[in-house]
Amino acid sequence: MIPELGEYALILALCLSALLGVVPLVGAAVGNALWCSFARPLSVGLFGFVLFSFLCLVWAFISNDFSVSYVAANSNTALPWFYRISAVWGGHEGSLLLWALILSCWILAVALKSDNLPQDMRARVLAVMGLIATGFILFVLFTSSPFERLLPNPPAEGGDLNPLLQDFGLIVHPPMLYMGYVGFSVAFAFAIAALISGRLDSAWARWSRPWTNIAWAFLTLGIVLGSWWAYYELGWGGWWFWDPVENASLMPWLIGTALVHSLAATEKRGVFKSWTVLLAIFAFSLSLLGTFLVRSGVLTSVHAFASDPERGFFILALLGITVGASLLLYAIKASKVKSESSFSLLSRESFLLVNNVLLTVICAMVLLGTLYPLVVDALNLGKLSVGPPYFNALFVPLAILLALMVGVGSQVRWRETSAALLVGQLWLPGLLALVATGLTWMALPEWPGVAAGLGLLLAWWVVFTGMRDLYNRVRNKRERLQAMFGQSRSYYGMMLAHAGIAVLAVGIALVASFSEQSDLRMQPGDRKSFGGYEFVFEGIKPGAGPNYRSDTGVIQVYRDGQLYTTMQPEKRLYTTRGMPMTEAAIDPGLFRDLYVALGEPLGNDAWAVRVQYKPFVRWIWLGGLLMMAGGLLAASDPRYRKQNRRDASVPA
Amino acid sequence: MNPKRKKRLYLVLFIVVGVAVAVGLTMYALSQNINLFYSPTQIAQQEAPQGRRIRAGGMVVEGSVQRAAADLDVTFDITDYAHTVRVHYTGILPDLFREGQGIVAQGEIDANGVLQAVEVLAKHDENYMPPEVADALQKAGKMPMPAGQEFNK
Amino acid sequence: MRRIVLFLPLVLFFGLGFFLWRGLSIDPTELPSARLNQPFPAFQLASLTEPDRLLSAQDLKGQPALVNVWATWCPTCKEEHAFLNQLAARHEVQIFGINYKDDPLKAREWLKRYLNPYTAVILDEQGTLGLDLGVYGAPETYVVDADGVIRYRHVGAVDEKVWGQLKGLLDELRGGGA
Repeated sequence: MIPELGEYALILALCLSALLGVVPLVGAAVGNALWCSFARPLSVGLFGFVLFSFLCLVWAFISNDFSVSYVAANSNTALPWFYRISAVWGGHEGSLLLWALILSCWILAVALKSDNLPQDMRARVLAVMGLIATGFILFVLFTSSPFERLLPNPPAEGGDLNPLLQDFGLIVHPPMLYMGYVGFSVAFAFAIAALISGRLDSAWARWSRPWTNIAWAFLTLGIVLGSWWAYYELGWGGWWFWDPVENASLMPWLIGTALVHSLAATEKRGVFKSWTVLLAIFAFSLSLLGTFLVRSGVLTSVHAFASDPERGFFILALLGITVGASLLLYAIKASKVKSESSFSLLSRESFLLVNNVLLTVICAMVLLGTLYPLVVDALNLGKLSVGPPYFNALFVPLAILLALMVGVGSQVRWRETSAALLVGQLWLPGLLALVATGLTWMALPEWPGVAAGLGLLLAWWVVFTGMRDLYNRVRNKRERLQAMFGQSRSYYGMMLAHAGIAVLAVGIALVASFSEQSDLRMQPGDRKSFGGYEFVFEGIKPGAGPNYRSDTGVIQVYRDGQLYTTMQPEKRLYTTRGMPMTEAAIDPGLFRDLYVALGEPLGNDAWAVRVQYKPFVRWIWLGGLLMMAGGLLAASDPRYRKQNRRDASVPA
Repeated sequence: MNPKRKKRLYLVLFIVVGVAVAVGLTMYALSQNINLFYSPTQIAQQEAPQGRRIRAGGMVVEGSVQRAAADLDVTFDITDYAHTVRVHYTGILPDLFREGQGIVAQGEIDANGVLQAVEVLAKHDENYMPPEVADALQKAGKMPMPAGQEFNK
Repeated sequence: MRRIVLFLPLVLFFGLGFFLWRGLSIDPTELPSARLNQPFPAFQLASLTEPDRLLSAQDLKGQPALVNVWATWCPTCKEEHAFLNQLAARHEVQIFGINYKDDPLKAREWLKRYLNPYTAVILDEQGTLGLDLGVYGAPETYVVDADGVIRYRHVGAVDEKVWGQLKGLLDELRGGGA
């Protein structure tokens, strides 16, 4: 009964979303205020029904209702209750329902938090989002309903959740990622609404900025969680694999980052308007493309869900209609857009443009590398794969260039800066960065290599130029300390996000240079010294969990002759699916991780063991978290909530 | 040309040059880093280049996996049921590596025709076999047939 | 000029869309069977469980049924087997097995150990029937209608999800034909 209620609620939600997609849009076009005013109640209703539908599915999982085919395929009575909830989005159907739920959350948020918008703008934005919701709910209902029953003979036991997904990281990773993906639909809707109304002005940019920042922050968090999950769950210690599914989340992030910066220029100076609109369209298109790549199975990947061409065609059609229509609208309307001001070569505008070009180029190159095998296959030119060296070879130099620009860009003024002034501002931070890098080098065991050394230098460069900027802001104030704490939140947000880049760069540089890894054959009693620690393999003990059997290795770690810790990596066999899983043992630390994973048994009590020493690997995720915090802080700036007031002193 | 236009021109030139360099680098990096897929038959017929990173896929021949006694060296044969290629690898094999299972190995063919693998992939969550392997098997017109040593665990 | 430039993203996107569309239609797991909508190929092979009995395509006729290709060397078949047992226990459909390129002794042992969901198992030790069918791996499952015509081919294991599709087709065949 409950699953049927869920399905009916979803059908009602579809009706409401279709109304939301049409009525306010027509109202705004003909100037009917009453029709426009329907946008808000429709949004609230849409959210209510999708939420109800989702809760029905959650209930089916909690109550082990295996007569629902999706529940039977992805859950099991032996599964702990929290995994039963996360199993809701463990498969294709449920994760699409989650997508729809998150979209309706964003719709609700926009409906409730848009008092400062003119009514017709609000109506158009919500209508565009309503249209997107219509497409997605149709997709769920017609190709992937999670509520389908297996009657009259429901199985007594379910097929269990994929063991890879039975993990805390997977409880939180998809919702955060979707928050980001779907969040870009807000920026997209604002851009489309502005195109329709022809009002591409700084007010539009100011409205979309906080939404874009929040979506970007969530996407950042989602990617960080994904990387962290891959590190401990399937990565054998790697944290980024250039896997198609990872790339699918990175591409909207890159374009979203460009959008965050370009919106700043559009708001402050009224430039790059049509470019900003295009970025907003691309950010959401790439989110849809990411969904398509993961859901359709056109690219093989460790994360890919079971493929189904019919679903692939549906989502491709959805992608085609959404992106095709918006790009067509763009092509027709954007020619009327004019820049409101000019700028010189040495200006913040230029540097933001360079930032945008770099990010877009990186994104294009990731897109090319990800889709190249598909293109070659489609042209019948053979089967191939593009290896990580391709991505590294291009990503690293472009990212280094980008980090260099961060330091310069924050010192350059809007409209025009003299070269002399710029050099005057930058020589000291540059010198300090060199000195600090030298000192860091002395603290390291050896020279980390050119690329990593450059990474360290750039990290310091970003830090010192940021400090210089802050100093410039307070030095002429009487109360310097007060001035330091009196800057706007969006300024602190920017500083925090840029500091995140520095932390991230340190993490990547040091992990890449000083990681140690060794695959060993170990018998009980074998010892191995590694990164200043001594690992002693004590043997294997068998064990069992609620839905798996396991072999647990016991490895004692000594430091300076003292027992430091005992690490217990596991090899699990999930009985329902007969699927083996490696559970690494990690001793985490701010400055280094110890990572031990069990390979296969080699006979005579010997096991293959992988031991790793990972310096500063946590900094990679720490950097990502700082960026996320920066995005959220900037979005919380009170000035976005004020109507029609421009505070010129606030920076980008 | 007025100064304003000149500046614009510089900016545009900068972007165009930058993009062109990026595109050039991209194409170069791409051409260096694509790993073409070869079937055991193609390798046996010496179609695969020596000393270049390639991918090879096939079914692991039952009973062919040999572990060294002292270290983590392992050799095994992969087959598309027309031809067989020996693979050598040092390290830990993936969780889903089993005899009779389709795998993809990445590495270089040495002078003896042995694939010196640096990476062995057995796809997670794959109910069947890697599509590349399936494709190779289909082209070879051969079907799986090895007799199992025992039932799969 | 500027107008034309503005159309560029749209054109690029449709170029990309074309390849994505092509990518869908070359989905490697979707294998068209040359035998689709053709009668099941003729064969005369022994039964695995009753070695004296000869089975032929005639035995498959009478009602819509599944024909499942399996072998003991196939890891996925074991996972699939449990589900086939469920189907058989629920009397949802007749399932015929083709024991494909396998050792009959092991295959019999397997059925003893893991139960036998099959109405009859065709012993295809040499793989001749498999060749006629165009099988190139295991497991594969065919839907055969009451007249012994192949209606559908599924590559990979049959599970709840796949069964949902197959069941729809079987219901259709039962309703329309026989």
